[in-house]
Amino acid sequence: MMSLLDPAAIGGLVGAALVGLGLYGLILDPHPLRKLLGFNLIGSGVFLVFGLIARRGAAAGLSFDPVPQALVITGIVVAFAASALAVALILRLAAIGGGLSLDPADAGKKSESPSGEGA
Amino acid sequence: MSDPGVLLVLSILAPVGGLLLSFALGGRAAEKIALSLTPLGLALSLAIGFHVWQFGAPISYIMGGVAPPLGIALRADGFSAIMLVTTALIIAAAGFYARANFATAAAVVEDRRAFTFWILLQAIWAALNIVFLSNDLFNLYVALELLTFAAVPIVSIDGRAETLAAALRYLIFALFGSVFYLLGVVLLYGGYATLDITLLHAKTAPSPLVWTAAALITAGLLAKTALAPLHLWLPPAHANAPAAASAVLSGLVVKGSFFLILRLWFYILPGFPAPGAATVLGALGAFAVLLGSGMALRQARLKLLVAYSTVAQIGYLFFIFPLGMGGGLLGFRAGVMQILAHAFAKAAMFFSAGLVYEALGHDRIAHFRGAARALPVPFLALGLGGLSLMGLPPSGGFTAKWLMLQAVFLRGDWIWSLPILIGGLLAGGYLYRILKPALETGPVALKSQPAAWRAQLGLALAVAALALAFLPEKLFFLLDIGRP
Repeated sequence: MMSLLDPAAIGGLVGAALVGLGLYGLILDPHPLRKLLGFNLIGSGVFLVFGLIARRGAAAGLSFDPVPQALVITGIVVAFAASALAVALILRLAAIGGGLSLDPADAGKKSESPSGEGA
Repeated sequence: MSDPGVLLVLSILAPVGGLLLSFALGGRAAEKIALSLTPLGLALSLAIGFHVWQFGAPISYIMGGVAPPLGIALRADGFSAIMLVTTALIIAAAGFYARANFATAAAVVEDRRAFTFWILLQAIWAALNIVFLSNDLFNLYVALELLTFAAVPIVSIDGRAETLAAALRYLIFALFGSVFYLLGVVLLYGGYATLDITLLHAKTAPSPLVWTAAALITAGLLAKTALAPLHLWLPPAHANAPAAASAVLSGLVVKGSFFLILRLWFYILPGFPAPGAATVLGALGAFAVLLGSGMALRQARLKLLVAYSTVAQIGYLFFIFPLGMGGGLLGFRAGVMQILAHAFAKAAMFFSAGLVYEALGHDRIAHFRGAARALPVPFLALGLGGLSLMGLPPSGGFTAKWLMLQAVFLRGDWIWSLPILIGGLLAGGYLYRILKPALETGPVALKSQPAAWRAQLGLALAVAALALAFLPEKLFFLLDIGRP
């Protein structure tokens, strides 16, 4: 029975907490930039869990399973590209004064400040 | 054929190569390359289908000579072949339709909007081909992301504030979807040290790990497939995109993620008893049918109506779970027929809606008086596409609903017949809403006359949706090739 103080268990719980916090921000925060940060938090949690799986699944003679390492690197690159695309859309939306609300009913209304309004 | 696996590689390399070449050559070459690849892609998909049919076995290709569990395999079974052919046909139609909207003017060296469109169209095609052919869950994650990154900008290609907001909303839902898909995949790797679909099918056993992973993967893919209540991004995105893009988005892109849900439940976990999951997915599907159809009835704009109709038709797709799981052959066939019928019918409707918008300068349904007389072919295509959505014979939609109802009778779950039938009635309602004002006589001012070939292209797709009803039943055996 794995003790809760085992580093892998702590890491797994931290990963789960990151996913939970990120999901909370992604769903509830109305500002698109903060939703993007929530997505990045979830991504961090997923990669942390994957890294721990690499440690646990190590074959004889290796301290880490190399496959998850490769997959995490790919995942980081993909998440980076996704964040870049999202930031580009957010910047463009702010630049043309479309307001930072994602609610289609607010489309076309201008926002007074760049802090964003409801979604 | 020395190695049929080469066909699989070429199916992926053709649009990817075209996309890279388009980017390198720039200017008007992007359009020419995209359009000249369409017959090649169609030929490759038909060749794959023919090969699978003839040999009765899926085609496999091991990438780089490294076999699973370490390496990645491509695999084309019957279902992949059917989806590849459908994709090639609809992308080709969308490409030719879009020639009029995204042409580079003679005096201009490069038009950024047109250049971007042709590149994104090829990117969507490449991503879809990888989704249908890859046999590795992480490779599928990359394909899903490629599909999202290609589909999101095509929504906002005209740069208006509302399309940018719609694209951003789509991106956020899609990112939620992909990260939870990834978490599920990570858990599966943790449990079984492989991500190959065939190997996972052999190794997995019902356990909390597998259920958690399946739930996470399904939840993520539900967001990408826009099943209600995660459908909020779809109507603004599909309604405000250019018509050719909407056709591809509604007809193919949402089906890509749905294909992966089917891969999970019918190809990795088919033997597991999961009545709870089937009921939940079926109930969400029923909710989507009723919500989407109800919202469609209230829309003032044609393109938004068609987009909400997509939300409803996606709900129908999820009846494949209560009706097809646990060896339900009819249910599975019904779901696949629904995918095909909806793809063609919805593409036809978006093409026609685009033509109506261009001709009238607006798409407010209340102001359609006399429009059917002035634009007979687009409205005919709208009507025929709507016939398939309603499920009136002879149409692919009718075959899908007929098979679903047969499955309901065989399984005795009478409750599922209610949303199927009510959804058909509601679809008839919103189709009537479109056609009634259009068929009234009245003066109509046309801003421009649509080109005859574009209207006929929409009509051809609508007729294809109807012709699906006449497919020989033997073709359903193609679906069973490679299915555990």
